[in-house]
Amino acid sequence: MFDFWPALPLFLGALLSAALSGRARAVAMLAAPALGAYGLYQLEPGTTVTLQLFDYTLTPVRVDDLSLLFGYLFHLAAFIGVVFALHIKDRIQDVAALAYAGSAVGAVFAGDLLTLFIYWELLALTSAALVFARRTERALASGMRYLIMQVGSGVLLLAGTLIYAWNTGSLDFDFIGLDAPGGWLIFLAFGIKSAFPLLHGWLVDAYPESTPTGTVFLSAFTTKVAIYALARGYPGTELLIWIGALMTCFPIFYAVIENDLRRVLAYSLINQLGFMVVGIGIGTELALNGAVAHAFNDVLFKGLLMMSMGAVLYVTGEIRGSELGGLYKKMPKTAILCIVGAASISAFPLFSGFVSKSMIVTAAVEEGYSLIWLALLFASAGVFHHAGIKIPFFAFFAHDSKFVGTAHEPPANMLIAMSIAAVLCIGIGTFPVFLYGMLPYDTGYSPYDITHVLTQLQLLAFSALAFMWLKLSGIYPPELKSVNLDVEWFYRRMLPVGVQAVLDRAAPIDRELRRRTKAAIDWGLNDLARHHGSYSGLGGNWPTGNMVLGVAALLGVSLVLYYL
Amino acid sequence: MNDDGKRYLFDNKRNVKIVIWGLTAVCVLLFAADWVVHRHISDDLEKLFGFYAVYGFVACVLLVLLAAEMRKLVMRNENYYGDADEQSTGPAVARAEPDVHEDQASSTQADTEAGSGDRHV
Repeated sequence: MFDFWPALPLFLGALLSAALSGRARAVAMLAAPALGAYGLYQLEPGTTVTLQLFDYTLTPVRVDDLSLLFGYLFHLAAFIGVVFALHIKDRIQDVAALAYAGSAVGAVFAGDLLTLFIYWELLALTSAALVFARRTERALASGMRYLIMQVGSGVLLLAGTLIYAWNTGSLDFDFIGLDAPGGWLIFLAFGIKSAFPLLHGWLVDAYPESTPTGTVFLSAFTTKVAIYALARGYPGTELLIWIGALMTCFPIFYAVIENDLRRVLAYSLINQLGFMVVGIGIGTELALNGAVAHAFNDVLFKGLLMMSMGAVLYVTGEIRGSELGGLYKKMPKTAILCIVGAASISAFPLFSGFVSKSMIVTAAVEEGYSLIWLALLFASAGVFHHAGIKIPFFAFFAHDSKFVGTAHEPPANMLIAMSIAAVLCIGIGTFPVFLYGMLPYDTGYSPYDITHVLTQLQLLAFSALAFMWLKLSGIYPPELKSVNLDVEWFYRRMLPVGVQAVLDRAAPIDRELRRRTKAAIDWGLNDLARHHGSYSGLGGNWPTGNMVLGVAALLGVSLVLYYL
Repeated sequence: MNDDGKRYLFDNKRNVKIVIWGLTAVCVLLFAADWVVHRHISDDLEKLFGFYAVYGFVACVLLVLLAAEMRKLVMRNENYYGDADEQSTGPAVARAEPDVHEDQASSTQADTEAGSGDRHV
């Protein structure tokens, strides 16, 4: 039906949501992802749409198992996000959210790098609008920083694409590899959007600044498109294993001490992306399956967690762990749904994280990456600690906060959206065959053997024991009103301060230079005036009488000469 | 702050105790399961008895202790970037100018809260 443009329903939905209001708007917004998913269902793997642009062949649409899986995922995420945001009356968010989802779908079906670039930049613009939609000074500033990074990633992608196309004569987006001409530039472009270490500042900076509903969309699309792009262009790149392992480990330290609970989830998002990046780096069929499956699950459980924290923010207007607590008394449904998300991200058996993360961990140990395997285990324990326990504990339990008196469950549509995600998390975790059937490779992997279940339960139970012991003994660091310096410090503090220092240092030099130049010009002007000014010998005004006298003298001289 | 006078699940200290002892019991059982269950081994470390349990516990304690140390290095007061949020006042209170001149207004308060005062570099 939409095989010439799978993203069309979502973009149409964005247009309609701008024009319609009331019930019609709700219907259009819900219908768009549903219709889009139905369109995908009718697509045959292997379909391509090609266009001729000068000497190059563009492939705006390329359908295969990998793009279809992400296509379904993005429609599902868009549907859940729309349900979650249904009560909001804000056209900017409606349009931005659906266009954002449409851009993500367009990007995963792009068969050439130029088309990918276009959707890459559309992702940047539409998602930035979701940050701006918070409409605070802080969100505006954060959104600008976000946009600069995202557009920067697009510029790198375009530069890499041009070099790649110039040297290979092809724009096709398939395996690229670091050795290809322009390969590093494209790698870096993907790396920015996958939040590689030191390139991750935009994510933890901007995502928590968006609206309660906007962050749900943000956490689903940009980073997963980047994971898709890495899986397509750089599978088996060993460097990715080390980058990914770093990504799983460093954010959990920040997550433990971070106070803004949505920022905790943003750090935890990088941690989960790390698992996927490791899987792509290992590059075996099992590892790639694991990476893709984990991206699928992450959208659902991270979305669920973001939704539950969005609900808390929506109801209380507060998201800092130091100020929250005890909300299970008034928001029990939200609390239970949040715990389902927490169990899923922590990879409890029967929850979705377990069936995908275990593939990556198994692949790492089977391929002999012992150090990486230990890092992944550490990160698995850590993610349970900060996302699985910390998020629900400080929001819904811990001490009673001032909001306990006034809090209440969020609107029904928010609860429904969270319930859909929760049911999917448990469904996928309990019956993984459906997800496994959609994966690109058939590996015959089964997560539910006694070794996997037992070791995972041991790891998690003892992580919980550690939390409990640290909490009861008072060692656990309390939630404090604070910010923690991260890479963003370089451009939020060091760069402005550095520029100021350079300006301060340069100012006297600049002043002296100006003074001297001005003096030189003044001297030149004076000199000119002396020779050519009104009282000078050359340029002065001579009285008319002088000329008459001159003429008379001339005549006299000529008369004398005549007589001689 | 239960102004509705209801007692909720964890207002009863006994239920908290049940959670604590329940978790401890589960941990003991899982640890003991290593005697009974024969695990597949892929890595030499896995041969160690109770490896996953010990690793999980040690990893989390190290994580928290290191993170707490990290605070000394990276933690700053909430208004470090001069943009402390209006969130603190809750949803009902609308502020006229949320962020523009917060710098002077909340600096003294923010400094005492988080302790480190190097805001104006």
